[in-house]
Amino acid sequence: MKRMKKALERVAETGFFLCAAAAVLALALIVVFLVAKGVPAASKIGLWPFISGTVWQPSAEKFGIAPMIAASLLSTLGAAVAGGLIGLACALLLAEVAPRALAGMMRPLIHLLAGIPSVVYGFFGLMAVVPLITQWFGGTGNSLLAVIVILSAMILPTMVSLAETALRAVPAAYREGSLALGATKMQTMLRVTLPAAKSGVLNAFVLSTGRAIGETMAVILVAGNRAALPSSILDPVRPLTANIALELSYASGLHEEALYLTGVVLLLFIVGINIASHLALRGGKGGR
Amino acid sequence: MRKKSMLRMLALAAAAALLMTGCACGGETRAPEGAPEGAGALSGEIMVTGSTSAEPLVAALADLFMEEHAGVSIAVQGNGSSAGIRAAADGSAQLGMSSRELNEEEKARTTAHTLCMDGIAVIVNKENAVTNLTKEQISAIFKGEIVNWKELGGADEEILLISREAGSGTRDAFEESCGLTEKNEAGNTVSLTDESRALIADSTNAVSTTVSGKPGAIGYVSLGSYDGNLVTAVDVDGVACTQENILSGAYALARPFLLVAGSASEEISEAFLQFALSEEGQAVVREHKYIAVK
Amino acid sequence: MRKILDALGYILLWLCGALSIAFLAVILIYVLSRGIPGVNWQFLSTVYKPGLGLTGIRQIIWGTLGIAGLTLAIAVPVGVFAAIYMAEYAKRGRVLTAIRFCVESLAGIPSILYGLFGYTFFVMQCAFGFSLLSSALTLAIMVLPVIIRATEEALFTVPVSYREGSLALGAGKLTTLMRVVLPSAVPGILSAIILSMGRVMGETAAVYYTAGTMAKAPQTVFSSTRSLAVHLYLLVKEGLGAGEAFATATVLIVIIVGLNALASWIARRMSQRFTGGAKT
Repeated sequence: MKRMKKALERVAETGFFLCAAAAVLALALIVVFLVAKGVPAASKIGLWPFISGTVWQPSAEKFGIAPMIAASLLSTLGAAVAGGLIGLACALLLAEVAPRALAGMMRPLIHLLAGIPSVVYGFFGLMAVVPLITQWFGGTGNSLLAVIVILSAMILPTMVSLAETALRAVPAAYREGSLALGATKMQTMLRVTLPAAKSGVLNAFVLSTGRAIGETMAVILVAGNRAALPSSILDPVRPLTANIALELSYASGLHEEALYLTGVVLLLFIVGINIASHLALRGGKGGR
Repeated sequence: MRKKSMLRMLALAAAAALLMTGCACGGETRAPEGAPEGAGALSGEIMVTGSTSAEPLVAALADLFMEEHAGVSIAVQGNGSSAGIRAAADGSAQLGMSSRELNEEEKARTTAHTLCMDGIAVIVNKENAVTNLTKEQISAIFKGEIVNWKELGGADEEILLISREAGSGTRDAFEESCGLTEKNEAGNTVSLTDESRALIADSTNAVSTTVSGKPGAIGYVSLGSYDGNLVTAVDVDGVACTQENILSGAYALARPFLLVAGSASEEISEAFLQFALSEEGQAVVREHKYIAVK
Repeated sequence: MRKILDALGYILLWLCGALSIAFLAVILIYVLSRGIPGVNWQFLSTVYKPGLGLTGIRQIIWGTLGIAGLTLAIAVPVGVFAAIYMAEYAKRGRVLTAIRFCVESLAGIPSILYGLFGYTFFVMQCAFGFSLLSSALTLAIMVLPVIIRATEEALFTVPVSYREGSLALGAGKLTTLMRVVLPSAVPGILSAIILSMGRVMGETAAVYYTAGTMAKAPQTVFSSTRSLAVHLYLLVKEGLGAGEAFATATVLIVIIVGLNALASWIARRMSQRFTGGAKT
């Protein structure tokens, strides 16, 4: 009886381990398959010409994704700054300023933004945001700016909830000490609470960035998808994700492989962002 | 006690998840009672895949066909012309849909039947004064040689090109009929559209919406999806984009929608083909604003 | 001077808060005001056969439920067991760090890459075709990190005294886990499940490239089917009826927002149980 039980424990533990190993296996499969499908293109086109080339013309077998990389980086950066700062302000408001009851009402509303599917954002962007941009600033409307506006709204809930959690984790003693020294509430918030929550807030920025660079369906509808380096914020752009989703259904041969290689480049950016997130968290811990 | 009920809750949730799958799978099971008893009643399942532009029309035809033949199930999947022709050729689908002409290699492996013709309407903003363009002008516009509407007798407004993604059947057909392609040294057909000045929309609707919102825009859509309330279709070489003009061949920008039969063609797909080309099927074609061939 | 700056700061904060809420209000009003008139019993209960003039979403709801159900049936056991291993069995060290790194990385992969992978691996390589199975397997990997993380967290919040009590009574580790620890973590797991369901239902890219676009309820796991989000994308894309697009968007938003609300309600209940409930 006892031996039976012991064997059962063993089996269970192995089973649990296998399930955990499935996560590792899944990641390995994803990376291996994307890279395996993309590598032939890298050897045919050359990795550097692929990354630095500025002409994307599949029919002529010209594959350069520099404009897409620029578009992804610029739109993500823009969204991280605009959406990130607005989100941080909202987090400060909810955690430190707004009365409890009001914060309790605003919080679920902001989280509601996260529940709206990305197609709806794209739809709304195409019908409402794009025409407004043309009307106010001229240009084509489908532009880097439109992408930034939509992405900013989409990363807001992530930013707000993570930053608020970080701010709330700052011990009350910090604030009380600062207030006792005669600082105003606003000074305390900016000079004491915010720096104390630095690593969490930084991590919130990084994770929002990850969400922004990976967004596809909303972006496709508002970006204009022109595969050329933008010279102003009102120029149309084609981010990496849009490049894949636009052409995958039709592509074959080298063209298809080039799209997989685009996916690998995107994956590298995500890995970079993940490493930055680790550093942000560790840096914060080391500083304390 | 409470713990136990919690565990049960989890089990229940898991069961519910499984059940949902089960229900979903059973939800649409077709009751066979409507199937005619007589000899020659068709039954079975076929797969039709291919062009995304042809998909809504073929799906509509399939719905009607299934109404008449209760034992038949036709699965219609839109995943691009090339993929559809390939699937018909290698037998993974009984029929393929194509919104472009077949090339020589494809012709050798499959038999194409013209389901209908589709016009490609060149559309401009409602406010645009230019309502007639020659094929050469359209070509020059998309090559980036004409950049302002005033060169064409319109307002002083920069021309904004709205094109489709590389590989789109509509784009291929449009560029081919307007002379916007050429062979390069490697023998590939290369697009001459000035990509550095074009916006790329990923669908017919995105093209119409974009053109309707921008005074200087010009784009092209399938006539079946053209909405005269939203945008204006210009005359090409003085000929309006209408069903009659396409049928007579006077309107230059047109392409066929093909149903492609390959190695796996069988009784049901033959019957469906006949239905699609029959008077009843062609009426559906006309309803969808495409040009019937019969 | 100080006072003016402070006041400016407050104004800025409130403006940002108002801007966020305003954006939400605009997008919701925009979609719902156009969508709600189109949502009625007929819309929900008829099939989508535009050729016969039918534009309901019944089969598409079944397709969505089928995808969500099968995804969870795969992801929940794997995710929960993986979390149990990580929280209760694994020793701190390289293996645990590696697993945790993989889980975090999976969470960061954009859905278009899941779509690309699912298409290459499940649809083509495994020859499952565009099917319920391909898309459920792909989505299961996608939501795995959500379930693992939430379960792990829920397991951590179970007080050590529960475990010690059970072990002291002579129960084995597995028995303690199954009878004591896991049941206490159920609400946390449940809210993760609901959250994942919302994520699956709102997903477009990964479903589009794995389940295909057939507007039919799935008959077997190898049938191609269409989810609400994909249906909405196709309606928008081909301009096949703005009214139905808005109505579909409304249904989708209501379902997902409802699921999210349910998840956070359960999560709140759970935290109450361990803080307030412990005293009774």
